[in-house]
Amino acid sequence: MDQFIGILNYLIFLITMAGIYGVMALGLNLQWGLTGLFNIGVAGFFAIGAYVSAIMTTAETGKHLGGYGMPFALGLVAAMIASGIIAWGIGRICIRLRSDYLAIATIGIAEILRLILKNEGWATNGARGISNIPRPFETLPGSLAPLSYMILVLALVAVLYWFLERGQKAPWGRVMRAIRDNEPAARAAGKNVERFRIEAFIIGSALMGLGGALTAHFIKFVGPEATDPLMTTFLLWVMLIVGGSGNNVGALVGAGVIWTAWSATELITARFTGDWAVRVPFLRLFLIGLILQIVLQKFSRGIVPEKLPEGRSEVD
Amino acid sequence: MTVLTLRGVTAGYGDDAPILHDVSLDLQPGEVVAIIGPNGAGKSTAMKAVFGLLHLHGGQVWLGDEEITGEPPERVVARGVCFVPQTENVFPNLTVQENLEMGAYILTGPLDDRLDHVYGLFPPLLEKRNQAAGTLSGGQRQMVALGRALMLDPKVLMLDEPTAGLSPAYAQQIFELIGRINGAGTPIMMVEQNARQALSVAHRGYVLVDGRNRHQGTGADLIADPEVARMFLGG
Amino acid sequence: MGDLLIFVNFYLLPGLVLGSIYALGAIGVSLVFGILRFAHFAHGDMMTLGAYLALTVVAVTGANPMLALPLAMIGTAIIALGIDRWFYKPFHDKSTIVLVIASFGIALMLRSLIRVIWGVEIESYSVGISRPLVFFDSLRIAERHIWIIGSTVVLMLIVHWLLTRTRTGKAMRAVSDSPELARLTGIPTERVIKATWMLGAALAAAAGVFVGWDTQLQTTMGWNLLLPIFASAILGGIGRPYGAMAGGMVIGLAEELSTYPWIGTEPLLSPGYKTGIAFAIMVVMLIWRPAGLLRGRVY
Repeated sequence: MDQFIGILNYLIFLITMAGIYGVMALGLNLQWGLTGLFNIGVAGFFAIGAYVSAIMTTAETGKHLGGYGMPFALGLVAAMIASGIIAWGIGRICIRLRSDYLAIATIGIAEILRLILKNEGWATNGARGISNIPRPFETLPGSLAPLSYMILVLALVAVLYWFLERGQKAPWGRVMRAIRDNEPAARAAGKNVERFRIEAFIIGSALMGLGGALTAHFIKFVGPEATDPLMTTFLLWVMLIVGGSGNNVGALVGAGVIWTAWSATELITARFTGDWAVRVPFLRLFLIGLILQIVLQKFSRGIVPEKLPEGRSEVD
Repeated sequence: MTVLTLRGVTAGYGDDAPILHDVSLDLQPGEVVAIIGPNGAGKSTAMKAVFGLLHLHGGQVWLGDEEITGEPPERVVARGVCFVPQTENVFPNLTVQENLEMGAYILTGPLDDRLDHVYGLFPPLLEKRNQAAGTLSGGQRQMVALGRALMLDPKVLMLDEPTAGLSPAYAQQIFELIGRINGAGTPIMMVEQNARQALSVAHRGYVLVDGRNRHQGTGADLIADPEVARMFLGG
Repeated sequence: MGDLLIFVNFYLLPGLVLGSIYALGAIGVSLVFGILRFAHFAHGDMMTLGAYLALTVVAVTGANPMLALPLAMIGTAIIALGIDRWFYKPFHDKSTIVLVIASFGIALMLRSLIRVIWGVEIESYSVGISRPLVFFDSLRIAERHIWIIGSTVVLMLIVHWLLTRTRTGKAMRAVSDSPELARLTGIPTERVIKATWMLGAALAAAAGVFVGWDTQLQTTMGWNLLLPIFASAILGGIGRPYGAMAGGMVIGLAEELSTYPWIGTEPLLSPGYKTGIAFAIMVVMLIWRPAGLLRGRVY
């Protein structure tokens, strides 16, 4: 029975995290898959969301900014707004330049955030991070508590998926695709290309902030390592590319497959002891990187390829 | 023997619809051939087809008795075909002399003789040889571009609108130079907007319209042709 | 000690050292961006690789890091050629943005591999504290700082010689100016690309060794330098190696000098935020003059 509960809790953890990555994958797909915007600072937006929501909702501790005890939902909204505002600022500056510049600027955001987290201990509790972040339903008995949170996350994924699918079929989404596929033509048709791009960048980044907030509430803790690109940014990109960028189903499938693979291999690497226990997990990252390269080179359309209109060849 | 032959070339960019349809051109030893036609007729495209820069749907390109269809540009250059594009035809941050040296990149030995030869043809370049090419006037840039192509002592010289954007005086000078280069034995194929002047320099000319051969003949014949005159020579 | 000496010892010299490191990294980023047309996100981790290769040489031979430097540069250049061959070359004819993704993947693969091979502990080239050399009674210069600044000057002179006196170096500048024209001129692009990787990676390795020597070795050291290095390349103008040198120096000096108490007795900028200077300069450049001070290229 205990073993059963152990497995159940593990599955709940797995699905919840896959769902949270799914939220962020939808955001990255909106930016890269549909608009061609290159965001390498996912970890930055993730951390902004995590910290903002944590500060808004956590009880008074005296160790960091906060103690507002706001409700969970308000924390999520604040996380999205904060990420969105930062994205707007960066977007205003870089959106006219080639994607590479946007990518460079987005790692800048993550870097500045790292500095703030490190230096402003009064607000962020420095390296010790913020703990005891409230999680909804945590007072429910046994596995029911994480299960309820899992259902909440999955419900959010479903709602977001529905919204994004509708948006893509609406005129807004068609303009997005037109811009990505043939910018001069879209411009000639009188579309304000910059505005559409900034919108996509803001919404995508807000979803990454939402992912950060959901993670912080789920693990009940956030620390400065949230800005580490190794996990969030990298895994998310692998998810989108492997799943198939350009369509939301691909993004979600990628999130599920890669997160499962990631967690499953953790069970293997956890068996190592001593010095190797520290090193072997990175072999896992290396292999995930290798999978990314192989998919990029050989199966560039991913597991669930984007359905392309007649007469158009591959994205690249 | 024919120096350069395009035989029934149908080509375009990528997999898009072809721009050239069954175009045939040839260049005989010692000749200047001018390709004229309205904007968008595929004149420049025809030249790029020689350099493997296009997707060839059909047809062949021959250099002498060797087929070079679809060879990449560096191989075509190594065979002695040099091309001067219409725009962006110098390396702006390289000095004049470095631009010329790049023209002879595939040669390994000392370049002094070739440099002397080119400076002899374009004396103004000698005094500007250490100046960045991007700082020169349009006419002088054209000289650098021509000079760079001549560094290899090419078997065939291909010029894409060598006088575009130049003042009439400079254009005249460039045409004279083309005459001199040709006089030294180099066959030249050029695309020109300046049809009347080009045809008066050229031995033969081709008129392309909508990516297809329309007329061909000696320069004098084409100038005399009423339809050609009406279309391109301003009546 | 006079104010001037404090300024020189604790602000100007560290600024020059940091500037040297940024400049060496930025040359490679700028050349790669100019010639291969993409922002190379693995450049920082190539620096880390160079630093760790030198660590092994130092550990095995007990030599001074200066002696390990050439081996680290050669080793990193060879690995960079391998990376290009297996991971970047397949995309040379495709959209360059895919190369950015590939290079981001390489960055994290390199870092993971470094952690697997060398572990995650903080390392250093030497044990114990070396005494600074003292000039004119009170001008104290650490020996390693003399080596770092001196080697950077030598390396820059070599780069200058390569780019202006050798056939391949001139061809690199030509491809950077106009890849299309370079191909039409008969310059073999693939060869130029290989030369670019060798030069860029060797300089990155040198920068990495200098960072490790000046402070310590950490697996995140290169990634954390990526931002100031990109900022240096943008400040100097993309595709302009001399601009990158100047840009690196300016940003390195700006970071250190920003903490000097210019007004009153407090540091002008809290030292904890000095690395933010690079980002600020970059943002200003992107708004005001994306082509860089030396008018490079905007893509």
